[in-house]
Amino acid sequence: MATVTDTQHAPHSHKPSGLSRWLTATNHKDIGTLYLWFSFTMFLSGGVMALCIRAELFHPGLQFFQPELFNQFTTLHGLIMVFGAIMPAFTGLANWMLPLMIGAPDMAFARMNNWSFWLLPPAALLLLTSFAVPGGAAAAGWTLYAPLSTQMGMGMDMTIFAIHIMGISSIMGSINIIVTILNLRAPGMTLMKMPMFAWATLITAYLIIAVMPVLAGAVTMVLTDRHFGTHFFNAAGGGDPILYQHVFWFFGHPEVYIMALPAFGIVSHVIPTFARKPLFGYTSMVYATSSIGILSFMVWAHHMFATGMPATAQLFFMYATMLIAVPTGVKVFNWIATMWEGAMTFETPMLFAIGFIMLFTIGGLSGVTLSVAAVDIALHASYYVVAHFHYVLVAGALFSLFAAIYYWFPKMTGKMYNERLGKLHFWWSMVWFNVTFFPMHFLGLAGMPRRIPDYALQFTTFNEIASVGAFCFGLGQLIFLYNMLVSIKYGEPAPQKPWEGADTLEWQIPTPAPYHSFTEAPDLEVAENGAIRAIKGGQHH
Amino acid sequence: MSFLRFSTVTLSVLAVTADAAEFNLQPPVTSIARDIYSLHTLLLVITGVIAIVVFGVMFYAIIRHRKAAGRSAKLFHENTTVEIIWTVIPFLILVGMAWPATRTVLAQKSTRGEDMTIKVTGFQWKWRYDYLDDNFGFVSHLATPQTAIEGDGVKPVNYLLEVDEPLVVPTGKKVRLLLTANDVIHSWWMPALGVKQDAIPGFVRDTWFKVDTPGTYRGQCSELCGKDHGFMPIVVVAKSPADYDRWLAEKKKLAAASADDPNKVWKLEDLKARGEKVYLQNCIPCHQATGKGIPGSFPALDGSKIVTTDKAAHIHIVLNGSQKNPAMAAWGKQLSDTDIAAVITYERNSWSNHTGEVIQPKDVKAARGGKV
Amino acid sequence: MMESSEQTHYFVPSPSRWPLVGAAALFCLGLGAALTVNGLGSGKVLLALGFTILIWMLFGWFGDVIRESLNGVYHGKEDMSFRWGMGWFIFSEVMFFAAFFGALFYVRTISVPELGDITHKLLYPDFSAAWPLATGPGITQHYEAVAAWGLPAINTLLLLTSGATVTLAHWGLIRGQRRQLVLGLLLTVLLGASFLTLQFIEYHHALTELNLTLSAGAYGMTFYMLTGFHGLHVLLGTIILFVVLLRVLRGHFDEHNHFAFEAAAWYWHFVDVVWLLLFVFVYWL
Ligand code: HEA
Ligand code: HEA
Ligand code: HEC
Ligand code: CUA
Ligand SMILES: [Cu+2]
Repeated sequence: MATVTDTQHAPHSHKPSGLSRWLTATNHKDIGTLYLWFSFTMFLSGGVMALCIRAELFHPGLQFFQPELFNQFTTLHGLIMVFGAIMPAFTGLANWMLPLMIGAPDMAFARMNNWSFWLLPPAALLLLTSFAVPGGAAAAGWTLYAPLSTQMGMGMDMTIFAIHIMGISSIMGSINIIVTILNLRAPGMTLMKMPMFAWATLITAYLIIAVMPVLAGAVTMVLTDRHFGTHFFNAAGGGDPILYQHVFWFFGHPEVYIMALPAFGIVSHVIPTFARKPLFGYTSMVYATSSIGILSFMVWAHHMFATGMPATAQLFFMYATMLIAVPTGVKVFNWIATMWEGAMTFETPMLFAIGFIMLFTIGGLSGVTLSVAAVDIALHASYYVVAHFHYVLVAGALFSLFAAIYYWFPKMTGKMYNERLGKLHFWWSMVWFNVTFFPMHFLGLAGMPRRIPDYALQFTTFNEIASVGAFCFGLGQLIFLYNMLVSIKYGEPAPQKPWEGADTLEWQIPTPAPYHSFTEAPDLEVAENGAIRAIKGGQHH
Repeated sequence: MSFLRFSTVTLSVLAVTADAAEFNLQPPVTSIARDIYSLHTLLLVITGVIAIVVFGVMFYAIIRHRKAAGRSAKLFHENTTVEIIWTVIPFLILVGMAWPATRTVLAQKSTRGEDMTIKVTGFQWKWRYDYLDDNFGFVSHLATPQTAIEGDGVKPVNYLLEVDEPLVVPTGKKVRLLLTANDVIHSWWMPALGVKQDAIPGFVRDTWFKVDTPGTYRGQCSELCGKDHGFMPIVVVAKSPADYDRWLAEKKKLAAASADDPNKVWKLEDLKARGEKVYLQNCIPCHQATGKGIPGSFPALDGSKIVTTDKAAHIHIVLNGSQKNPAMAAWGKQLSDTDIAAVITYERNSWSNHTGEVIQPKDVKAARGGKV
Repeated sequence: MMESSEQTHYFVPSPSRWPLVGAAALFCLGLGAALTVNGLGSGKVLLALGFTILIWMLFGWFGDVIRESLNGVYHGKEDMSFRWGMGWFIFSEVMFFAAFFGALFYVRTISVPELGDITHKLLYPDFSAAWPLATGPGITQHYEAVAAWGLPAINTLLLLTSGATVTLAHWGLIRGQRRQLVLGLLLTVLLGASFLTLQFIEYHHALTELNLTLSAGAYGMTFYMLTGFHGLHVLLGTIILFVVLLRVLRGHFDEHNHFAFEAAAWYWHFVDVVWLLLFVFVYWL
């Protein structure tokens, strides 16, 4: 099937058609599309679980679900959103846009790229079907803390193997991204000139390769503790439950930046485009991103302040964590300086990017509050933490993804999305997001623990507000789905460069992007942040 | 900058007046909790000011530097001076936060110099308190009845935050807690006292508090510990030292009076009645009141082979727990011989189980084989 | 990079079914393993099926790659991609071992000593900790530790030698001396195989005579998990080198074009380095 006869023009000139186009894809755009649809599906299924959680928490008392099922929802909601929705969405975008931005013919390992994707559906299947096995799905929280995770039934084993498979997938995906960036940039596209999105995915990919194997090790130890008699997390045999937490969070903290750095990259394109100004402080952006990447390996135990670490360890991890606010602040200030004295317009991508800056900053500031170990003692494992991370994950990662999809939609599909629906989607999401998650700060401060299916009476009002907000927020996502589906089919044809201020390479090629861009590498003259000054040669068909 | 001062003041006022319980940390009753409270207020003010300044600038730009307002973009994209400023200032702000934070961390961690020590053990899903200086202890269970929890059952005032036996401590005394757990990680969280400490199975961790004012304080387990994590409250009752001593004497007397004679030979009905209580307190979350368990997770005892036939295996699994599934704990470590005999007798003579057998405390003692 | 920057074409493979086949294989493996560890019979069948599909996939996929390579579609750029790719793959492997080394250091320096300290007398009045023989208060099994200077030392020697022989083979390849190449590779494969044999004997000895098992507490578990995963990597490395040897015998490589050989050698050196760390921290200190 895949024997090679044509050595010069290896890629097929014509789109393969039918189902096999998707099943056997080696085209980065097709694979990117697969990733994006997959991750949206996962977002919906994780979202439905969130709605189950919010429905149960609408009132005190157990209304719909027994506690063990509730815990399964919480666990799988976290796992699916993190590994099924956000991470694959960023990988999908990287697949779509990287080669276009840096002038590469495709991803460096096009066949392996397809494997990275096709490993995800089996893993998702393992996760979702685990609800149906005896004992149900994993119910130990997405962190799978031992020794609770050694108590569960077969659903936990399915989760463990699903994590192994997703890990393999994201490691291969990251190798592909790194090699593509390091090896396939077109002449002229130097590292210190390539677009911020490329930088962000490069560093993200590095983080993924560094920490996913560690997570694989952690869950492997859970597996052997469960079935093969080891005592990694059992004091009786000299192990320690806290060991699990160290290994997990060595993965877990870089993981949260894996979900944040690509978002930073996206915003660093959208803001300059709609401010019609070059990105302010490109060089410091690159250094800030790198320092966040490096620092993220040194702060993991801020998730463990309540485990009773020695004071010196508490202090070290507190200081290191607070330090991350500095490079992150640099990024925020740079974005605002980019907006300053610009000529801004507020199309949907820009709205989501501004919403991102605002809500992410709020989430970051509550993060800094949590990083103060003394205060974290009062807030750890409360709804304050839930509020914090939904500000950085939903209003951070997810909003940036919406910005990206709206921004590149014309290039991907050749059609314009419906701007009015896009704006509606933004304002609707913005309002209901805050209605859902802002009250959770108060719940946490007042003492409501997370991961509980039922709560004391004084928490009722805010939970009701949050639940109403969640259902409305969820409903709003249907606007997005509708807009996408209708615009792909009936949208107005998009020009090559629908955004006046856009200046990276992907806007220099026809719309929709041809199936094979740059079979011949173009010669580029590039300014910072991938802005194209001149372009010679380069073929696409 | 009057704008800055204005926002600082507004925020401080907001922060202070907002201590209406729903919006802020619970009113503190220990020095640590007070430190945490004021530290949080400080952080709120600082981060609030940062947010206002940052968003202020951003919205100024959004309003003034619009294309629709007839602007054309100025193409600057670098300025080393401002970049240095906005790297250094946040850093200094952080140093300002870290200073008081460090002091509080060190205070939280000075657990020694205690006046009394209590060992706290987390179980799925209850707490055990052992007063190590006075050699007695008890278990503290959720007191809200199941009927109130299900659906729209009528909820008592302290719904889910009430226990049968609260932890009682004297005011004005430094109490050191030694925490551990029996099965999985739990966490002992008492917001008003400013204490949260994980209880880790097989390890001992410590923390401390000194309550100023007598009163009843409520908290919850705050580390996901399985099915009934949401149903394992903590109640601390702080009494004046005199009241506390009275309580202690009473408690000790009661404990002595209710001590069981391990050699007593019991009658079926008495033992079954006692066993029902033990069952209600310990076994119900998993095996359920109906004895039917939860299919797939927890086996039915009603009609179970072990429960209806194999007496030795029955005593063995209750005493030593299950090898296959750690959820079934070794109850021998928690319950007395009499309680174990009682609950086994109850199980063998309830629901559709009618073995008519009585398991005596001495049978359990024998099964322990001399080991405790 | 110099020569590759002149290259304007980059090889993009045509659609391939192997990734999909590989995904099916991993699904079978994942579900099969989950069923198996829970003692459900059908799991073994699924596992076997998964392995079969995986092997089929590997043959098919690598077959394609080899054919492409022989057809000369890979040039400087593609070659550089392979190099980067292999390098980052090895880095991911390093991090996987790091998790288990982390566990080893943690139990040795933190949890085991802590369990024996004065505070923990509250829970374990009779336990005093000692590595490697008293690692946990619940371990009643009597076992002995594996001595470093017997088989493990010989194994160290074997692996170190194999590192040299594979380099010898590489020199042979670069200088076009086929005898040296074949001999070096053959020796490396044999050394790998002897390492595995000795490890097998050592495990047998540990299990039967030292009474050391996976469930013997902190020492036993870190010993078997670390040396076990390493052993699996040696096995894989040996198989890869063997395949490379077969390809050499078929005349697949020349002085310039032999990345498969180099990848195998890198992998082998990585396995070698892990072993040295194992020898020091698991066996010796
Ligand atoms: C995208 C994901 C993401 C991101 C980016 C962050 C960013 C940060 N997080 Fe968050 N975090 C999570 C996701 C994320 N987090 C998740 C999922 C959890 C819970 C996991 C679980 O338990 O399930 C968590 C939990 C968590 C905890 C543990 C809480 C607990 O369980 O007790 C802590 C504690 O330190 C913390 C801190 C921080 C900090 C300091 C940052 C910083 O990086 C933020 C930096 C940003 C800013 C500060 C704003 C912009 C800066 C300025 C405007 C400059 C000026 C500012 C100052 C001088 C302060 N986070
Ligand atoms: C990246 C990730 C991400 C995202 C996007 C979300 C999105 C949401 N999350 Fe979640 N969340 C996590 C990551 C994420 N979360 C993590 C890591 C945890 C911790 C888990 C743990 O403790 O282990 C968590 C935990 C968590 C909790 C705490 C649970 C507990 O402690 O018991 C809650 C509670 O409200 C919650 C709510 C929500 C809501 C309402 C959304 C909404 O934004 C979802 C909106 C989407 C939809 C609703 C679906 C789309 C719409 C439809 C399918 C149409 C149908 C809709 C209607 C008919 C209304 N999340
Ligand atoms: C945290 C949950 C939990 C609690 C609480 C619990 N059990 Fe169990 N129990 C289990 C599980 C799980 C099993 C199955 C163990 C296995 O498969 O080996 C079990 C098995 C049993 C069995 C064997 C049943 C059979 O047919 O195999 C008996 C008898 C039993 N429990 C009695 C009790 C008694 C008595 C108590 C209270 C004092 C109790 N259990 C409390 C979880 C629990
Ligand atoms: Cu005990 Cu949660
Ligand atoms: Cu973190």
